[in-house]
Amino acid sequence: MSGHESTYTPNSAFERWLDKRLPIIRFANDTAISFPTPKNLNYWYVFGAILAICLVIQIVTGIILAMHYEASVAGAFASVERIMRDVPFGWLLRYVHANGASMFFFAVYIHMFRGLYYGSYKAPREVLWILGCVIFLLMIATAFLGYMLPWGQMSYHGANVITSLFGAIPLVGESLQTWILGGPSIGNQTLQRFFSLHYLLPFMIAGVVVLHIWALHVPGNNNPTGVEVQDVEKDTVPFHPYYTVKDGFAIAVFLILFAYFVFYAPNALGHADQSIEANPLVTPAHIVPEWYMLPFYAILRAITFNLGPIDAKLLGVIFMFAAIAILFVLPWIDTSKVKSMRYRPVARQFFVGFVAVCFLLGWCGAANPDDAVIKSLQGEASLVVSYTADGALATSTYKGGEEAYEAARAFMASLPAAAAPSLEAVLAPTFQFRHLSLILTFMYFGYFILLFFIGLGEKTKPLPESIHKSVLRPHKAKTGNPVPAE
Amino acid sequence: MKTFRILAISLAGLAFAGIAQAAGGAKHPHAPEGGWPFEGATGEYDLASVQRGYAVYKQVCSSCHSMKLMSYRNLGEKGGPFYDPAYPNPNDNPFVKALAADNEIVSPTPNDIGEFEMRPASPADRFRSPFANDAAARAANGGALPPDLSVITKARPGGASYVYSLLTGYPDFEMYEDRVTEANGETVYQTVIDMAKFDKLGADKPQHGPAYLIQPAAQYYNPYMAGDTKPNYLGDPRHAPPGGFLAMAPQLVPDRVEYTDGTPATVEQMAHDVAQFLAWAGDPKLKARKETGLATMVYLGILTILLWFSYKRIWRKVEH
Amino acid sequence: MTAETTHPTTDTVDDDRRNFIHIATGAVALGGVGLFAWAAIDQWNPAADTKAASALEVDVSKVPLGGEIRVLIGGKPFFIRHRTEAEIASAAAVNPDSLRDPETDEARLRPRDDGTLNRAILVTSGSCTHLGCVPVGPAQGNTGDFGGWFCPCHGSHYDTSGRIRKGPAPRNLPVPNYRWVSDSVVNISL
Repeated sequence: MSGHESTYTPNSAFERWLDKRLPIIRFANDTAISFPTPKNLNYWYVFGAILAICLVIQIVTGIILAMHYEASVAGAFASVERIMRDVPFGWLLRYVHANGASMFFFAVYIHMFRGLYYGSYKAPREVLWILGCVIFLLMIATAFLGYMLPWGQMSYHGANVITSLFGAIPLVGESLQTWILGGPSIGNQTLQRFFSLHYLLPFMIAGVVVLHIWALHVPGNNNPTGVEVQDVEKDTVPFHPYYTVKDGFAIAVFLILFAYFVFYAPNALGHADQSIEANPLVTPAHIVPEWYMLPFYAILRAITFNLGPIDAKLLGVIFMFAAIAILFVLPWIDTSKVKSMRYRPVARQFFVGFVAVCFLLGWCGAANPDDAVIKSLQGEASLVVSYTADGALATSTYKGGEEAYEAARAFMASLPAAAAPSLEAVLAPTFQFRHLSLILTFMYFGYFILLFFIGLGEKTKPLPESIHKSVLRPHKAKTGNPVPAE
Repeated sequence: MKTFRILAISLAGLAFAGIAQAAGGAKHPHAPEGGWPFEGATGEYDLASVQRGYAVYKQVCSSCHSMKLMSYRNLGEKGGPFYDPAYPNPNDNPFVKALAADNEIVSPTPNDIGEFEMRPASPADRFRSPFANDAAARAANGGALPPDLSVITKARPGGASYVYSLLTGYPDFEMYEDRVTEANGETVYQTVIDMAKFDKLGADKPQHGPAYLIQPAAQYYNPYMAGDTKPNYLGDPRHAPPGGFLAMAPQLVPDRVEYTDGTPATVEQMAHDVAQFLAWAGDPKLKARKETGLATMVYLGILTILLWFSYKRIWRKVEH
Repeated sequence: MTAETTHPTTDTVDDDRRNFIHIATGAVALGGVGLFAWAAIDQWNPAADTKAASALEVDVSKVPLGGEIRVLIGGKPFFIRHRTEAEIASAAAVNPDSLRDPETDEARLRPRDDGTLNRAILVTSGSCTHLGCVPVGPAQGNTGDFGGWFCPCHGSHYDTSGRIRKGPAPRNLPVPNYRWVSDSVVNISL
């Protein structure tokens, strides 16, 4: 399945016998041992291995938790707490699984940003990139389904909000929503089907991961220069032991971060409302998804206007899905022939901006859309007295400090009782999170449009001749023999 | 390029700071003086305090609040307040048995003639629930459902500090005033609090009074309760006091609970103890978790160092 | 910048493999996986609430003379039999040496706090020692050839002390861990 020639030679009679029938050892050898890997991969390239570990951890702990979990409205919440209290090591397994989801997304986002920066989505790796996007979609679906299972307040009302999005689809929306929920609302049947799918999807992810690795091994790894391997001898090293040990080191460092959350801040990434059992009659004051979904949630909420026949709700859904869908077609949006941003000084600036936009979208997703982005810049609220005058509703506004309040009170006292005056504070208009979200949403999509145009006419830096030359250059520079630009 | 990096990092920092910010109009909960002993990488519960906290729960809270996820055996389990190494199985611990038998519960299984009789609880039983079901609880509490306290410290931002702040944050009874006003020719009787006299508000206290907050019937003001005081505030709505109203009247008065260890039962002490008890109830495996965490960190540290040297050795001859 | 630095070959790797640091690293990594596996294996053991449910106090005064009650403790059946004088006599009359699993009737009873035996009350497991079926007894109208219990699955006969007398079962019905809490209450635990 790999694009390189097999270097495997069976050593024993049994291996020779097996190799003729099922060349599984040859396959493992070519995939994970002798696979020629560019020798200039930096630490941003370790996240593939970290993600593989994350998937294994999630599947192992998930299978164990499923042995103790009870998928029913009556028992789900208590069964999760029982796992934490009564099952031997249950607290450890559950905290690993819950924080593991966060760690998984943390790693996948770095993995994706790395792919964006070094142009890993470009020919000949388009299929590799698209399979990665499929994995990302499956991860989102799995995480969403899994978040329902503890049957906390955020589980219930978060699922309610997200499934309502399907209701926004014209014509079939409402039927679709009822079909997904298996009833008019989220109930036992919904919890059970979500549990079933939450168990299934990780194995589908594992299947696509196999394809992802296959699609990686046909063209081989990209690398920080974006220059393809020319001489296997000079440009590459065998995957094992060179990259097994490097990835192993990175995994150990990653596990330290993971362990910090599991043992010292197990609920820091969660939400307090998840410790309140789901109550369909009370919606939490402030519904937020898990942190890794916040940027997409911000895009969803940023759209508050209708566009022709499309109403705001549907438009928000369209934008949110478009934010992911655009990644699928990125290989054809980016027109540059140069892969790595190292040699694209202009595009690189915008890439840094794009990363910042993603972070800020996350910030907006966590905030209340009506809140001021910068509290201290918001002016003092004004006072509005509403009253009836001559049978019509009238208002009178007072601005300023305490004297405004005194004036408003005096005015209210001067009105006849029939006017029924009431006093309320109206916040001064300011730059709110909803405004910031909208700007950032357009910046998010703008980045991809810019990539199209920058690629057409940008002036790139000279590329190194080969991977081998690129790693030698800094040493030559050190010895005082500057090389002329290639 | 450097400037862009600095910009990106500061924006990211700003975003994280924003996420960490707590929303809501309630006053931010604070820990008791000296903080909580169970905080930090090696902090543990003060089990004497948890024991006293159980007494507060038993004598005060449990008349309205259930703890459905707790069993009496939990009190004698490893890490629990009444754990005795002589009885690794808490169901055999005579003290835990006595604590359990102190509670008359409805047997969860029917007797020979199909009735659910009252009997003293055994360690395997769940904590006694004060009401048969939520409807009964609401009916007995003016329509408000007292929340289950099993995981209350995980269910509220601030955790144990929230419980402590809420219990100690009420205005004193002396602050409640009766106010009679005329409105549209009708006499209106109201119970109010002058916020200008409420010192616990600190910086949120109105400069000069009277700044009355009307108490709705069977509702009690607390600055740490999530809610909105604007509709009930007679002063400048822009400076309405933080917090909201809850159906629970202030419960802790000095010496309401008699501590067997002789600790003076001040309101702060009782709130401190019961908050710590509830923190333990919500997270009983804290000690095991931190101990396992320390071992795991040491292990991962060694593994990382070994891998680093392994890595350096394998790559020593490769230019990269 | 010698040839060596730019041409990593498998030869240079091979002598590395036997280096102490690699062996130590591999061993420590494997040990960590093993420790995590321990947690994954230990969680199959009974949970604390399951363990807590594995004891029961039974009021034996409600057992009719010549009859029995059956209780479930942690999902396992137990028999509490109120034996008649004749049944006690027949159980005591047997020479234990003639039995497949020699045990005297006294050895199958637990003393009260004052050291005396209540010979009328017999507490045994309700699982046939052959393959775990639940034998029938007085309530089902079939006490087997020896007046105790009869297992319908493969035809094991137990006597009034719960000892195996005939059929395929290898051992007597086991006596559970129980003690007298009062004159009329026994506490049975697994």
